[in-house]
Amino acid sequence: MAGGAATGGSSTSDTYAEARTWLLLPAWVTLGILVLAPVAIMLVYSFLTKEFRGGVIWEFSLGAYDQFFCSRGLFGDEPCSIEWTYIQIFWRSIWQAGAATLLSLVIGFPTAYFIATRPPRQRTLWVFLVTIPYWVNLLIRTVSMKFLLRDEGPLNDFLTGIGLLNEPLAIVNTNFAVQLGLFYSYLPFMVLPIYAAVERYNFALSEAASDLYAPRWTVLRRILLPSVKPGIVAGCILVFVPSLGSFLAPDLLGGARNFMIGSLIEEQFKGNAGNWPFGAAASMILLTMVLIILLIFARQQAKAES
Amino acid sequence: MKKLITTAAALALTAGMASAEGKLVVYHWFEYIPQELLDKFSEEHDVEVVMDTYDSNEALLASLKAGAIGTYDVAVPGDYMVQIMAQEGLLDTIEDGELANKGNIQPEWADPSFDPGRTHSIPYQWGSTSFAVNRDDFDGPIDTTDILFNPPAALSGKINMLDSQGEVMAMAALHMGIPQCSTDREQLKALNAMLQEAKQHWASFNSDTAKEVLVSGDASVGQIYDGFAAKARQEGANIEYAFPKQGYIVWMDNVVLLKDAPNRENALKFMDFLLEPENIAAVTNYARYVSGVEGVGPFLDPELAKQPESNPPADAGKGVFIEVCDQQTQEVYDQIWTNLKK
Repeated sequence: MAGGAATGGSSTSDTYAEARTWLLLPAWVTLGILVLAPVAIMLVYSFLTKEFRGGVIWEFSLGAYDQFFCSRGLFGDEPCSIEWTYIQIFWRSIWQAGAATLLSLVIGFPTAYFIATRPPRQRTLWVFLVTIPYWVNLLIRTVSMKFLLRDEGPLNDFLTGIGLLNEPLAIVNTNFAVQLGLFYSYLPFMVLPIYAAVERYNFALSEAASDLYAPRWTVLRRILLPSVKPGIVAGCILVFVPSLGSFLAPDLLGGARNFMIGSLIEEQFKGNAGNWPFGAAASMILLTMVLIILLIFARQQAKAES
Repeated sequence: MKKLITTAAALALTAGMASAEGKLVVYHWFEYIPQELLDKFSEEHDVEVVMDTYDSNEALLASLKAGAIGTYDVAVPGDYMVQIMAQEGLLDTIEDGELANKGNIQPEWADPSFDPGRTHSIPYQWGSTSFAVNRDDFDGPIDTTDILFNPPAALSGKINMLDSQGEVMAMAALHMGIPQCSTDREQLKALNAMLQEAKQHWASFNSDTAKEVLVSGDASVGQIYDGFAAKARQEGANIEYAFPKQGYIVWMDNVVLLKDAPNRENALKFMDFLLEPENIAAVTNYARYVSGVEGVGPFLDPELAKQPESNPPADAGKGVFIEVCDQQTQEVYDQIWTNLKK
């Protein structure tokens, strides 16, 4: 990238053309070892026969996918009907992750806008402030969150103290607590890309629109939002995708009464079930789903640009 | 991904150890054995001790099956897991006469059902799993499993269960008076229905913070291990550990000799070391459980003898081990567990 600037030429890759293969090698090796190989192993395992108490037997089987989509009753001897259990678990995770993303957007967008409209010297400080809580380990932050939200925690003490509530609000072990936990875990992933987009936005455009008698709402909707949309989309993806597979917040804040995608998969490897092919299959289905969502976003993006 | 990492770590360890002598690699539960005891062994036998930890019997099994076998010399599985590991061929046999202190094992633990004749293991610590009730929140009788599965209104919605299929299912079997590995369809359907009903009263499933939720008061009832309940009480929670008349779960952790142990000689020395009363008593004093070795009395913290969690009352139900089901039966129990948590 820097090559283009150095030579001032029109093509940025000319300088390193000969060495390009070699320069890309580390990236490909890293991707290959850390991303492609594990996914390939997972894909293969999902089509193998399960070994009792963990492990696989090297025989082709669709058993894992059958278990995911086919309900055969408590004793496994009924004809196949649609299995809603896992669809329900996936839907719950998608819903939780979606709510957390929405919450992050509602809080994150004004925050990012606020930071981007400060004088340049202050911005660095604000960005720095946003990231400070994230120096602390995620587990500790999640546990701390639980202590804040508890029935006898500071939040409820405050609300009952000022007379707003008579009974403490039960937040811990509810879906809302999970959404709050996910929102708090991933908020900077929403703020930072939007901030980057708003910072690049040319505010003269807003002024021009106002000069032409556009109300403030229209300026926001027709001028600002379309310009910073890539930042918003990136932020949403960065919050939604990790929320989908997360199991720390659901376990600690939600009480783990119901499986989420993450805990369902974990159970197949570390729990009694010991069903590796099924864990692999559930991971593959999750991966496919995320890929489809990303593809839809990418497509829309491409359409909007052309 | 995890498997790959485990395998890579195992390979790295094996490679590093191939030439090493005077070493012992222990695979152990977290926060269980005092470091001073490991240091003592290290000094007495001029052996370098390396320890890795795990947090559940199932995690231990998964790791060994994913390729870590051949890396470690000894591990500390619970009763039913000894049986499973033996079935899976993960354990080495201790020949007659290889352990000098084998005679120190208390007679009642010398021939347990999960390892007949103690051919693979020695006793480590044992205790029970039941539940504890906060006495500020409830002052009625608690010697019944109804507290967990059909609680009085005062406790409904304030119950934490262990997030572990084995412990929940075994306790449910005791509650209903059915076998742990039932194959009777009517019993299994009733078990499934009973758990669905009971779940409405449960606030959470959590093993890692089973003690903390009782201390903080977030839960009024918690399924819990006896040692954890004792610690929670010491930390100021006004809780009472229950011994239900329907029965409760007994467990025993055991030191096993792993198959393909790279330092088999040292592993046997370590097992002999842990059969000496003074050494195993150090573990008991630290973890607040009970050992299975003769003659530990003089070395124990006197407080332990009075600890209510380790001394069931005369009218308590029977303590039972978690049973190992065959594959077909286990699959039904897996299904019931999934139904419960879906």
